[in-house]
Amino acid sequence: MSKLDFSNTPNIDQVSVEERVARLNTRSIKKAAKVQGLKLALNMIDLTTLEGKDTAGKVRQMCYKAMHPHDELEGLPTVAAVCVYPTFVGLAKKELGNSGVKVASVATAFPSGQSTRDIKIKDTKFAVDNGADEVDMVISRGEFLAGNYNYVFDEIAEVKAACGAARLKVILETGELSTLDNVRRASEIAMRAGADFIKTSTGKIQPAATQPVTLVMLEAIRDYYYETGIMIGMKPAGGISTAKSALNYLVMVNETLGNAWMSNQWFRFGASSLANDILMQLAKEASGIYQGPEYFSKD
Amino acid sequence: MMSTKTKKSVEVKLDFNKWGYVAAPESTDHIRLEKKYGHFINGEFVAPSSGKYYTTYSPSTEKALAEVAKGDAKDIDKAVKAARGAYNKVWKKMPASERGKYLFRIARMIQERARELAVIETMDGGKSIRESRDIDVPLAAAHFFYYAGWADKLDYAFPNRKPESLGVAGQIIPWNFPLLMAAWKIAPALACGNTVVLKPAESTPLTALKLAEIIRDSGLPPGVVNIVNGFGDAGAALVNHPDVNKIAFTGSTDVGKLIQKATAGTGKKLTLELGGKAANIVFDDAPLDQAVEGIINGIFFNQGHVCCAGSRLFVQEGIAEKLIRKLKDRMETLIVGDPLDKNTDIGAINSREQLDKINHYLKVGKEDGAEMWQSSCAIPSKGYFCRPTLFLNASQSHRIVQEEIFGPVLAIQTFRTIEEVIEKANNTPYGLSAGVWTDKGSRIFNMTNKLRAGVVWANTYNKFDPTSPFGGYKESGFGREGGLHGLSAYLKM
Repeated sequence: MSKLDFSNTPNIDQVSVEERVARLNTRSIKKAAKVQGLKLALNMIDLTTLEGKDTAGKVRQMCYKAMHPHDELEGLPTVAAVCVYPTFVGLAKKELGNSGVKVASVATAFPSGQSTRDIKIKDTKFAVDNGADEVDMVISRGEFLAGNYNYVFDEIAEVKAACGAARLKVILETGELSTLDNVRRASEIAMRAGADFIKTSTGKIQPAATQPVTLVMLEAIRDYYYETGIMIGMKPAGGISTAKSALNYLVMVNETLGNAWMSNQWFRFGASSLANDILMQLAKEASGIYQGPEYFSKD
Repeated sequence: MMSTKTKKSVEVKLDFNKWGYVAAPESTDHIRLEKKYGHFINGEFVAPSSGKYYTTYSPSTEKALAEVAKGDAKDIDKAVKAARGAYNKVWKKMPASERGKYLFRIARMIQERARELAVIETMDGGKSIRESRDIDVPLAAAHFFYYAGWADKLDYAFPNRKPESLGVAGQIIPWNFPLLMAAWKIAPALACGNTVVLKPAESTPLTALKLAEIIRDSGLPPGVVNIVNGFGDAGAALVNHPDVNKIAFTGSTDVGKLIQKATAGTGKKLTLELGGKAANIVFDDAPLDQAVEGIINGIFFNQGHVCCAGSRLFVQEGIAEKLIRKLKDRMETLIVGDPLDKNTDIGAINSREQLDKINHYLKVGKEDGAEMWQSSCAIPSKGYFCRPTLFLNASQSHRIVQEEIFGPVLAIQTFRTIEEVIEKANNTPYGLSAGVWTDKGSRIFNMTNKLRAGVVWANTYNKFDPTSPFGGYKESGFGREGGLHGLSAYLKM
């Protein structure tokens, strides 16, 4: 089979993308729509800890938070998943039990991706064998920027094969890709190579998720859907810490991809501190007054 | 119908708006409207000489907003005399830097009262609060700021030409951007040392009258700006008044022709900004999702009540199917309704008369054989509303392609080659604006040289800035407003 040509993917006009984002941000989300949106956003969070200093204790406490975001408020959903390093997958799986909260594991020499193919595959298999429901891989940005698009494609395809039934999220690390044209190109490569989700960032590089980057990726997903009928999920990660910005992202999804994507099956936020800001806003909507940050658990 | 049988295209559909945004109407509690408005002549509001008033209505609620003086030739004469007096006694003699200070002050006061002006603009004209708040009012202030800066620098704008003011300028403005058009007209006229008699459109007088309050409160010498309300007969009286040195008109081409006849041989300086039927041209290498935004902004901005609206879309054949699909999905997300709701994208059609005209063209388009498509959005039962509309498979000879509709109606044609699209784009009596969408810079320059339009936007549309001249070719008028060019229309050199 001849190789796919990724040298000529659709052009992106950065200025217009930024204008579109600015216009979407003028949507006014109030009252019932706000509560509905905030609950949805909470339910879309991949609660994340990816630090060198992670321990079993830290992961255990975060898993409880994932299942019980704020028991004082009734009718709250759980978050979508917890996201950890491969070595904590087994523990997280056990802690979360049958709560419905998924376990996502980063893999493939996260966050740099600078390792050999076989180590990346082993990394992936280790996570999956320990029970990971989802794998968040990183692409080889060096190879991408060197123009070796098919290397990147093949690597994603191999990792996808190693995932088995686990859903694969492909991190483009858009903060290292420099242009929106590159973001679009990397999105095309990932989707065609078998990604179930495309994801902006590791959270280790600045800028992490931005709205213009996310919009370009959502539009890539839309084109792929138009062409094939296949839905791909989207996960902006890193830097989204306020309820207001989460609602701005949801408006982008709502008006770019529509109803079908408005669930955690197809849209996620990779975030650590977002949950508490959402909880604070939901508590305010319920009681009419803001509570201090110390009323919300910091796991 | 665009062919759907190509390739392996699967029948997939996007649905929108399950997450319904709750209505977020802008408050009107802080709005003070008088029951009755007179004319603004010689620094004060005065009753019309005939004693007659008419009612201005909100097109979104069909409710009366205020009674407004109905001006006639007597009122116009009074206003012109006031303007002449102020010109001779005060304004002509005032140091230019002092003139500039008044303009700066008016600009700042527009900013201070921005919210009030935006809400009234939306109530009286029907446009969405998002647009009046983010575009009309800030741009109106920007025009005053920009021309304030020129007031004492005219010798530098036109070196060695000794620019001088003209005298009294008669200005007639349309209903689509009531406050902004008043600013476009008044700011350069005053900066150049002229005095003004302005006639707002009869259906949208309120923000001009609020501007009159601002002008009065700014301490501008009485008579420098006079505003006479009324209908076409008041406009005609202004055009025909012997003591007016300059006429500036923005409006329909039919009226523009009458004005040109009326002013011929009188020595009155004239600028006309008239209708348009702009080509918005999308090449196959264009960034498509961004082009879709440009098409939406080009035709649905201000309900399509825009003389430079991109009302003819030309799409290169290879991408037509894809682009139209994207365009339809984007149109499904447009929110049509209460213009005071902050989430509304498309507000009310300005008047019953205009809605009838648009509906007439929808009928004509179908009769001529174009295929009509409208978004499935709900529209309010009261008020004047029109769903955003496409006509597919339009031909150059269709009336919806040739004639200005001035509504949210887009005619779509395909093209194959660059020569073909240039010929078709220029094949119209109008020539106000055009848009080009391509990733290729050299093609943009080639197109801008060959399109016979006063403004050509590249990879954007409906972008306005006081520093940039605006005006037409052919039956879209002559003279330029905005920028350095906008000064020369108010000077003799």
